[in-house]
Amino acid sequence: MRVRPLGLGILAPGLTGWTEAAAVLRGEQTYRSEVLAPPPPVGLTPNERRRATLATRLALATAGQATAGANLSGTGLLSVFASSDGDMGLIDSMCRATYEHHEPPSPTVFQNSVHNAVAGYWSIAEGCREASTSVAAGDGSFAAGLLEAVTQAGVNGRPVLLVAFDVPAPALLHPHRSFSAPFACALLLAPALPGEDRGVLTLAPAGAGEAAPDTTMTDPDLEALRTGNPAARALPLLAAVAAETAARVHLPYWPDLHLAVDLEPGR
Amino acid sequence: MPIAPARIRAATVTTALGQGRGPHVEALAAMRPGLRPGAMDEVEVPCWVGVVDELDERPLLGTLAPFDCRNNRLADMALEADGFAGRVRAAREHWGAHRIGLFLGTSTSGIRHTEQCYRRHFEQHTPGLGKDLRFGTTHAYVSVADFCRRRLGLRGPAVVISTACSSGAKTFAAAHRALTAGLCEAAVVGGVDTLCATTLMGFHALGLLSPRPCAPWSPERSGISIGEGAAFALLELTPDGADDLALLGYGESDDAHHITAPHPDGAGAVQAMRSALDTAGLTADDIDYVNLHGTGTPANDQSEDRALSTVFGDRVAASATKGWTGHTLGASGAVEAVLSLLCVEAGLVPGTLNTGARDPALSAPLVLRSERRPLRRVLSNAFGFAGNNCALVLGRA
Repeated sequence: MRVRPLGLGILAPGLTGWTEAAAVLRGEQTYRSEVLAPPPPVGLTPNERRRATLATRLALATAGQATAGANLSGTGLLSVFASSDGDMGLIDSMCRATYEHHEPPSPTVFQNSVHNAVAGYWSIAEGCREASTSVAAGDGSFAAGLLEAVTQAGVNGRPVLLVAFDVPAPALLHPHRSFSAPFACALLLAPALPGEDRGVLTLAPAGAGEAAPDTTMTDPDLEALRTGNPAARALPLLAAVAAETAARVHLPYWPDLHLAVDLEPGR
Repeated sequence: MPIAPARIRAATVTTALGQGRGPHVEALAAMRPGLRPGAMDEVEVPCWVGVVDELDERPLLGTLAPFDCRNNRLADMALEADGFAGRVRAAREHWGAHRIGLFLGTSTSGIRHTEQCYRRHFEQHTPGLGKDLRFGTTHAYVSVADFCRRRLGLRGPAVVISTACSSGAKTFAAAHRALTAGLCEAAVVGGVDTLCATTLMGFHALGLLSPRPCAPWSPERSGISIGEGAAFALLELTPDGADDLALLGYGESDDAHHITAPHPDGAGAVQAMRSALDTAGLTADDIDYVNLHGTGTPANDQSEDRALSTVFGDRVAASATKGWTGHTLGASGAVEAVLSLLCVEAGLVPGTLNTGARDPALSAPLVLRSERRPLRRVLSNAFGFAGNNCALVLGRA
């Protein structure tokens, strides 16, 4: 279970692109949380652009950073999209339509509410007909998506694009599922060649009773971001990749099972 | 490239037709319907639905009480049938709980619980949705996997796949990859989806909900009927008999066309079916029967008909079983994979309930009335919103 990241993307308050974010994650620049401006939905027709939600915009933009970083087109890529709860604003809108306004939901809201709508918009934007899998595993959603992406890369011997995202819930649902900020990241992962070790990630689910504590972020604001959004559980792994030093990262997956990722030092 | 067959060690299904395999084989053979008119009191749209009646009287209790919701009740009821939970227990004792993976599909999970809290909020003007909304253990996508993981005592890799109506089928593909990669020695796969106002109102808003029982491939077809259903299977790569039932191949694709409308020529469906045949190491001539996605909407059936014709010509018997169960959405790929396995076991080609005659504009060699004859290999289609497609090849290894 070994992969090499070919390209990365990130969008979160104060982290608005991989190159700049990598410097922050290495500790070379101070992290400053700033309100995240929704990026434009690149690659979609005007109709689809109007329908693209914040989650879709974040996912498309981070996926674009990762493929551009690898100088690869998205058209031929296998993809995995991981999100704990998708877009809870759409759930709120549909429930309000039924119970507050006593009318059917907007067709656009309903079609956007499927968990894989974000992946669907990405496939349309890229003209990509390859297999796409949308997964969820609560606070372990990033680890679950990473495991699925790495498994696909290994079994198929092809690069896989992993996109992870979660966005805060609207007011009524927020007390029941509270995220502190929107967060999205993307990793374009290629199967590592035999003998290749530089910058390679080695994955293994580990647990069977011996739960290791999650790897955390040193900066308190980045740590708050990490714990405030399931997709941001990726931060310690992204920081290790940015630092290009040997590291072992424990990602939360299930309460009795974590995902251990070993990183070989880079160039 | 051909894959190793994944042996089906156990399989079960629960829908409006009943709990477990027996009532399903009987209903398919006898053309006994499972749909009824009407839906739920707050949804005043003319439709037919496939209801699992017992769910109202089956609360989850004890340590699993926090998971109590319609969707997890159905998961519990389905796991109980056909000794399925016992077969998983035996596998767990053999391999160890951490060596068994869990891959489950759903489209709306336990959303019905959240809907009821919204209804109370707006009818009784309560300040919020209420402290008794247990979002994480009911409505969250992860809920069904978390519940089943605890219910079955599993500690291995587990994930929910949610790709609309292809979800349940894709769990077979994901499990096969995990078995191949050595992440687990056995895998529980399946899908669970239950009736809710959201999908009834949503499909109504899209003009895709039929006022009559769905009639796939009929010239008068007017949309889907929604049903609730759950199906599970236990997969292992190790063979234990020459004539095992197995997952032989899988194919997945995206339409890259439109969020709800299928590709007019079924280009993504063609890619998924061909990939499923390739991974099974088979050609179209090796398939005895195709269980169509067959939803009964004018556009879906036309798209799938063209795709089927592209891959199979007019040589393969095909039918749709949603007239019996309704469209069980995120569960349908798993429900119909298990129905396909039951048909291979029983030597039964199901007909197409509610469809008196095939639409002359469509070309699939549609089986209208169920017939007994030996089946060896079956292809089952599942296509979802956002253009997500999955085809499985199942049968004798």
